[in-house]
Amino acid sequence: MSTTFDIARNTLLLPASLQDHHLDQVMDQLLAARIDAADIYFQSSRLESWVLEDGIIKEGSYNIEQGVGVRAISGEKTGFAYTDEIELPSLLEAGRTARAIARSGSRSSIRVRGMQAGRQYYEPINPLDTLTENAKIELLHRLDAEARSQDPRVTQVIASLVAAHDVVLVARSDGHLSGDVRPLVRCNVHVIVEQQGKREQGSSGGGARQGFQFFLDEERALGYAREAVRQALVNLDAIAAPAGSMPVVLGPGWPGILLHEAIGHGLEGDFNRKGTSAFSGRIGQRVATEACTVVDDGTLPGRRGSLSMDDEGTPGQNTVLIEKGILKGYMHDRLNARLMGTESTGNGRRESYAHLPMPRMTNTYMLPGTDDPGEIIASVAKGLYAVNFGGGQVDITSGKFVFSASEAYLIENGRITSPVKGATLIGNGPDVLTRVSMVGNDLELDTGVGTCGKEGQSVPVGVGQPTLKVDELTVGGTN
Amino acid sequence: MNDLKDRQAQLQQMVEDMLREAASQGASAAEAGVNFDIGLSVSVRLGEVETIEHTRDQGMGVSVYFGHRKGSASTSDFKPEAIRDTVRAACNIAKFTTKDPCSGLADASRMAGEQPDLDLYHPWEIEVDEAIAKGVECENAARELDPRITNSEGATLNSHSGLQVYGNSHGFVGGYPSSNHSLSCSVIGGKGDAMQRDYWYTSARSPEDMESAREVGRRAAERTLARLGSRQIETREAPVIFQAEMAVSLLRGLTRAISGSALYRRSSFLLDHLDQQIFPEFVRIRENPLLRKGPASAPFDSEGVATAPKDLVRDGILRSYLLSSYSARKLNMETTGNGGGVRNLSIDSGELDLAGLLKRMDCGLLVSELMGSGLNMVTGDYSRGAAGFWVENGEIQYPVEEITIAGNMKQMFAGLQAVATDVDRRGGIQTGSWLLGPMMIAGS
Repeated sequence: MSTTFDIARNTLLLPASLQDHHLDQVMDQLLAARIDAADIYFQSSRLESWVLEDGIIKEGSYNIEQGVGVRAISGEKTGFAYTDEIELPSLLEAGRTARAIARSGSRSSIRVRGMQAGRQYYEPINPLDTLTENAKIELLHRLDAEARSQDPRVTQVIASLVAAHDVVLVARSDGHLSGDVRPLVRCNVHVIVEQQGKREQGSSGGGARQGFQFFLDEERALGYAREAVRQALVNLDAIAAPAGSMPVVLGPGWPGILLHEAIGHGLEGDFNRKGTSAFSGRIGQRVATEACTVVDDGTLPGRRGSLSMDDEGTPGQNTVLIEKGILKGYMHDRLNARLMGTESTGNGRRESYAHLPMPRMTNTYMLPGTDDPGEIIASVAKGLYAVNFGGGQVDITSGKFVFSASEAYLIENGRITSPVKGATLIGNGPDVLTRVSMVGNDLELDTGVGTCGKEGQSVPVGVGQPTLKVDELTVGGTN
Repeated sequence: MNDLKDRQAQLQQMVEDMLREAASQGASAAEAGVNFDIGLSVSVRLGEVETIEHTRDQGMGVSVYFGHRKGSASTSDFKPEAIRDTVRAACNIAKFTTKDPCSGLADASRMAGEQPDLDLYHPWEIEVDEAIAKGVECENAARELDPRITNSEGATLNSHSGLQVYGNSHGFVGGYPSSNHSLSCSVIGGKGDAMQRDYWYTSARSPEDMESAREVGRRAAERTLARLGSRQIETREAPVIFQAEMAVSLLRGLTRAISGSALYRRSSFLLDHLDQQIFPEFVRIRENPLLRKGPASAPFDSEGVATAPKDLVRDGILRSYLLSSYSARKLNMETTGNGGGVRNLSIDSGELDLAGLLKRMDCGLLVSELMGSGLNMVTGDYSRGAAGFWVENGEIQYPVEEITIAGNMKQMFAGLQAVATDVDRRGGIQTGSWLLGPMMIAGS
């Protein structure tokens, strides 16, 4: 079997007859200007998706995207150009455009050399080929049948399967050349239920950097269908959510979106270099209770947010952000690391060759504590237990963040009682974790559905946490 | 920048080649689109250049129909063999999709005829140095306004020109160039735990219709300054004004609720509300896809169907859904020429400006920022993070943050009391500020 690096070279350079000395030529031309660093990012992506609705396979699509991005950095300045044509003349032209950021300089000569492969956290497979078309179709029909068989109140089922095969190659001005092959699959089930004119929805799904077999193992995909129906039916009976400040218990797994919004974005290196984050200049300070340790970990095998290498060729890493409540570090790409006098943490990511890299999260989660989840709930006299969420958002400067519960319950006298309607929760990032009084022993990661948006760029991410008790959080209900 | 009009014939040829290729591979019908966009994006921060990006995006996509089976494919590769490969990929997909009687092209009789020139193309021959200078001028205007402005996220100038061509096997082919230019600025006020950030931007088809760089910077700084000293308020019920930029999101909620796909999936809180009262009687909401220089104007929709102005709401009654040919067939109706969405939506303003609206509210919340996506489309239940200003005696008292507002969108629409004259004209949905009835505000 060929290595990841060979696959990347053969996919991206061979069809255009590009050799190492051609890369040297582009790099030499870039460095003819006063450039501190430069890189060339080759990418070829294939995306396939199938959608079932009304019991039929309604749509399918196949998308091909490929190109090269050329970046030149001088101090804090970045010049960037890209082309959809992976050919030497287009590369040279993009290079000329990008280097215009710096006006003149000395010539140096660079030899681009392939690097020893680091650790791989996923197989270099093409997930599109891991199941026949007929088997993909059959899986979608099974999801439809499974959802409908759960309850006669199910009126609509939309199920989708998506696979992406992403091959990248990064050449840097320090001579580093490395490649990655990134498979990604995703499955989602959305249902509508109706009861006496009242309608509700439920949604569930998952994904991984694996082949489609992931969805067949342990009946995972069928589990999504059951879960979507369960959520929708719970919401049919939901009463108005409470409004105001109260204790909130967050379930394990996907509610870790709390960490992504409240903590994660504020610890990205670009905001901290610029001093625009509510966490700027707070390394070494207490930002959480002793029970909280939070990491950003790109090295979890096969996870949606994992990266064997980031989009600047830095190996994926496990970075401690908060250790026992003390802020330990930021997440960096190469540009911000250099300007802050530190090393990249393998968080330099970009949506595609047509976008500039910046510091982004991978899989962000809190390590387990020692509390029993049952005891956490029992400790609350009156509050909210939130187990499923839609999206979230943060203002990194004021630190205010939101995340929207899609499945939640009242806690009354230490017991989970009525389900309540979806409500947005709002808090302040720098102090929300100082109100975490209990941390469960039940760490879970999400099922592999997260997509993070920043400055118009989307990248796949993961989150996770054990059951958490936040002593005070504002709940945006109507009651 | 090259004159895109010269490229139009080339893209048109690609569309025709794709349709011909689809026919030769056995498709009974097909539709294809090609787009091309070039642009410049320059960011400055603290008076220095931060990034210079030269963008050049292209793509072509095709959908093929074998009877009522459909397959789609797209690519960013414009090499000649890519046309054949992309059509083949779409045909391969169509082997596995199911026959869907509602699937197919829009009716030939609905195709746009002669297409009006909507004046959407005003390329800007701006040099990089000039763009940098504008960005610096904009950011300086913000930073110099007040010493409480302590930091900056910079200013960004974007200039794009694009071309899109669409065609289908009815023989329809249409295309037009368009341009968009924008300048934005975001600055920070205060220090440490008390930092606040806000921004402003201008956006137009033609550079001369943009607000001046100084004006954009000044407004960004004023908005940031207004937020300094924000505090949480206690949980309470009170009337709410959505400032114009935020009221846009309420109209967007309406368009999602009356879009064909939400309706045939029975996943809309406005299901079966056609010809029913959903707003108070004074409300008129219209779509004008043919607005000259409009931010969302188009002479035909994503299926080649001719677009035309229409009322969505008149006398508070819902007059039209937003349908494509597919969703129309699912609902046994006719397409409304809204394949690809709504184009230039506006709500008629009343007599009051924003100050007058505050006076009319007397006591309540003025919302200037919303966070998160807390709208349940099936039920209309609404709960979002917010920031803004507490108003008493018709005057702003102090800025507020870390609160949520909650209600139900159906009731919010029914409780609309007035629309102000301060219309935000930068986007495809244009409205003044809205005064609504009481909503639940959660805080401390």
